[in-house]
Amino acid sequence: MSHQSKKLETLVGPDESQRIMNSLKGGATRRDILAMLTACGMQATMAGGLASLASTAHAQTPRKGGRITVASMASGVNDTLDPAKQSAHIDYCRGFMFYNGLTVLDGSLAPQPQLAEEFSTKDAQTWVFKLRKGVTFHDGKPLTPADVVFSIMRHKNPATASKAKVLADQIESVTATGPNEVTFRLTSPNADLPVILGTYHFHIVKDGTTDFGAGIGTGPYKVKEFKPGVRSIAVRNDNYWKPNRPYLDEIEMVGIADVSARVNGLLSGQLDLVVAVGPRSIDRVLASGTHSVFETKATSYTNLIMRRDSSPGNNPDFVMAMKHLFNREQLLNSIQLGRGEIGNDNPIAKANRFYFKGLPQRAYDLDKAKWHLQKANLGSAPIPVVASPAADNSVEIALVMQHAARQIGLNLDVKRMPSDGYWSTHWMKDPVGFGNINARPSADLALTLFFKSDAPWNESGWKNEKFDQLLLAARGETNLAKRTQMYADMQVMIHNEGGIGIPMFTSSLDGHSKKLKGLSQIPVGGMMGNSFAEHVWLDAA
Amino acid sequence: MNSILFKLLVQRIGLALLSLLAVSVVVFAITSVLPGDAAQEQLGQEATPEVLATLRAQLGLNVPAHQRYLHWIAGLAHGDLGVSSTARLPVSELIASRLTNSLLLAAVTALFSVPIALTLGIAAAVWRGSWFDRWESAAAVTVVSVPEFLVATLAVLVFAVHLRWLPALSYLSDVESLGQMLRAFAMPVVTLTCVIVAQMMRMTRAAVIDQLEAPYIEMVRLKGASPMRTVLAHALPNAVGPIANAVALSLSYLLGGVIIVETIFNYPGVAKLMVEGVAQRDIPLVQACTMLFCAGYLILVTLADLCGIIANPRLRHV
Repeated sequence: MSHQSKKLETLVGPDESQRIMNSLKGGATRRDILAMLTACGMQATMAGGLASLASTAHAQTPRKGGRITVASMASGVNDTLDPAKQSAHIDYCRGFMFYNGLTVLDGSLAPQPQLAEEFSTKDAQTWVFKLRKGVTFHDGKPLTPADVVFSIMRHKNPATASKAKVLADQIESVTATGPNEVTFRLTSPNADLPVILGTYHFHIVKDGTTDFGAGIGTGPYKVKEFKPGVRSIAVRNDNYWKPNRPYLDEIEMVGIADVSARVNGLLSGQLDLVVAVGPRSIDRVLASGTHSVFETKATSYTNLIMRRDSSPGNNPDFVMAMKHLFNREQLLNSIQLGRGEIGNDNPIAKANRFYFKGLPQRAYDLDKAKWHLQKANLGSAPIPVVASPAADNSVEIALVMQHAARQIGLNLDVKRMPSDGYWSTHWMKDPVGFGNINARPSADLALTLFFKSDAPWNESGWKNEKFDQLLLAARGETNLAKRTQMYADMQVMIHNEGGIGIPMFTSSLDGHSKKLKGLSQIPVGGMMGNSFAEHVWLDAA
Repeated sequence: MNSILFKLLVQRIGLALLSLLAVSVVVFAITSVLPGDAAQEQLGQEATPEVLATLRAQLGLNVPAHQRYLHWIAGLAHGDLGVSSTARLPVSELIASRLTNSLLLAAVTALFSVPIALTLGIAAAVWRGSWFDRWESAAAVTVVSVPEFLVATLAVLVFAVHLRWLPALSYLSDVESLGQMLRAFAMPVVTLTCVIVAQMMRMTRAAVIDQLEAPYIEMVRLKGASPMRTVLAHALPNAVGPIANAVALSLSYLLGGVIIVETIFNYPGVAKLMVEGVAQRDIPLVQACTMLFCAGYLILVTLADLCGIIANPRLRHV
C-alpha cells in the first residue's frame, strides 16, 4: 500500500495523493477519483491510469474482529466522557469511539455528512441540517432534533463551563424545524460552521444528559468500562448506523504519561497503538521489524510570543530582528529530526487549502537581524525569554536562539519555567515567551482564536482593525477565489506584523504494530485526528 | 507492662492527631501558594475569564482560603474527605480503588523483602568480618546506590522488550490467576525490593552485632548454648526494637514514595493519584492523600515501638 501511494505521490505530489487515498477510504468510487483528478487539470487518459492504481491500492479489505490496546498520553481522575469538558488527547479519542458529530472531517479537513445527512445554507448565516434517519443511541433511543438542540446549546450556558464556549457563542440559536431537521442561526455569517461541528467538542449527546459517565452516544463503540485515570474498554456497537463498521470487537484505552513506558509497552507487545513516540524513539520502534511509525504532518507549532502591547515587543524592529534569528532548518533537523515542516511565521500550514504559496520564506539572516536590532535601539540590558517543557521544544528553541543572538550582540536571558502552572501563570503574560498551539481544522479557526484583536487567546496582543474586518468578511464569503485571496492577505499581515514567530510545524508520531491497518491522515492531530477507532482493523497475519 | 503499653498508646495517638493537624495546615498552605488554581488547571490553555469565573464559583474557590480549610476540617471530623474538584467524585471513592492496589503492591513487596533482609542481616552479623559479610555489605551498598528508575528501566528493557518474559506494564484489571498476578508483580516488586532491602539488612546487622557484643551474650556462651540458640533466643529479642523501626520506615516508603515505580510500570496506585492531584490543584484530593500517608507512617512507627516493647524481655517483665 505504501509503495502504491509512493507511486501516486511522484505523479501528483504528496498532498494530492493523500487526498485521493483518503477519499478512497471515505468510500469514493473510481468515478469520483477521475473527477477529482481531471478537476485539477490532468488529462483524462493519465487520470484513468491513476484512478485504477489508486483503487488497487485499497483492494485489501478490512477484517472484522480482534481487540487492541491503545495508549494515550497522561490521563487522570479528570478524564471525562462529557464532550464539553474534554481536554486531553485520551478524552478526544474516547469521544470519537462513543459519539458522532453532525459532520466529520475528512483527510483534507473538509466537512462530510455524519449524523446530518446533508446540510445547506444560502447566506452562511442560517444553516439547515437534515438528520440521518434510523440512528439510535446506545440505549435504543432514536436520534431526534431535540438531542441536537440540547448538545449544541449547552455549550453556551456558562454553568456548563464548556471548553468550546468561545466557538459556541457565535451560534445564536438552534431550533428543531422538522421531524428530522434542525436550523442553526448564527450571529454573523460563517461558511465554516460544518467544520466546527465536525470537531470533538460538538459531539451529539442525548437530550437532558447530566451524568456522562455512561457515554451514551450514537458512536461505533459502546462503553463497557470507564475508570478515569485507569482505563476504558469500548465494545463494538452492533447497531451502528454505518454498515460494516466498526471492525474491531474491543478497544482498551489507557493513559501512559511516560514516553519510554509507552514505547516499551508497544515493543513488548502489550500495546498495539501508542501516541507521540517522539522523534528520538523512531529508530527503536522501526528496528523491531514488527512495528511502524505513523506520521501526521504539521499537527502543532511552538511559537515565540512577543507581546505587542509591552516593551520590547511594541517595537516592530525588535520583532523583526527576532524573526530573523530562527535557524529554521537547523531547529527542524536537530530537535525534530526532520519530522515536521519549516515554518514561516504564518500559522497556516501547507496542507491547508487556504495556505498562501506566494509568501516568501523568511530566512536565518544575522545581518538583517542586526540591522533591525540597531534600529530598535534597545540598549544592552538582557531581554528575558520565558520557555518551559509545557510548550514542546521551547527550551531547545530558546537556547538555539540565544546562541544566534549572542553573535549580533543581543543578550537573551532564557528563563526555564516548570510545566506545572505554565499556562495559567506565564503563557501570554510574559513580554517574551513561548506558546504551543495544536492544529485547528480551518483557517478561520486558527486565525479567529489566536490573532483576532479581541480574541481571548490573542497570544501577542496584536491589534489590527483591517485584519479583523478581513477575517469577518472571509468567514462569510462563499466565493472561493475571493475567500482564498482574503486569507492570503491575512497571512501576509501576520507574517510581517504579528508578534508571533513560528520556526517550524511539528509532526505527530504514533507508533503501532504492523498488524494494525487502516490509519490515514486527518491533519488536526495524531491517530487520524483522534478518530482512529472506527477506521482501523487488525490483520489476521 | 499493660500500663506502660496503655500509656504509650494514648501518648502516641494524641501526638499522631496533633501531627496530622499540623501536616494538614502546612499542606493546605503550600498548595494555596502554588501558581494557578483548580479551575485554571482544568481549563488550561482554553481558560477565558468568563468560564473561569463560573468554574471557580462551581468549585467553591471564590471562598477565602481559611474558610475553605475550616469547612474541610469540619467535614473530616465527620469522616467526610470532601469532593474532588476535578473528578467531582467523593475523594474517598477515588482513593478506595487506588489504595487497594497500593496496599497489595506494598504487601507483596513486604512479603518478599522483609524475610530476605532479616535473614541476610542476621547471617551477616553472625559471621561478621567473614568474606560473606564483606561481600554482602558491598552488594547492599551497590544496590541501594543505584536509583530505582534505572533498575526499573533496565528490568523492562531486558525482561519485557528483549526477552519478552514479563509484561512491560502492570495492569491489575487483567489479573485472573495467581500466575498472572506473579507476572504482573514480578518487576515492580523486584525493583522495590532492591530499594528497601539494603537499609533493613544493614540495620538488622548493626542491631544484632550490638547485642552480640554485650556481656550477657558472653554469659550465654559460657553456659554452653549453641550459636543458633544464642542469636535467635537471646540476642535477637533484644534487637527487635531497632529492627522493627527500620522495617517500619522502609514499609512506610512503600505507600507514598513509589511514584517512580508506579509511573514506569503504569501501576494505578495512590502515589500517582496524589501527583495528579497536585498537578490539577485538586486540594481535597491532595489533602486526603497526605493525611493517608502521614497516618500510615505514624501507625507503622507506633507498631514498631510496640513490637520493641513486647519482644524485649526486660520491658516485658516489669
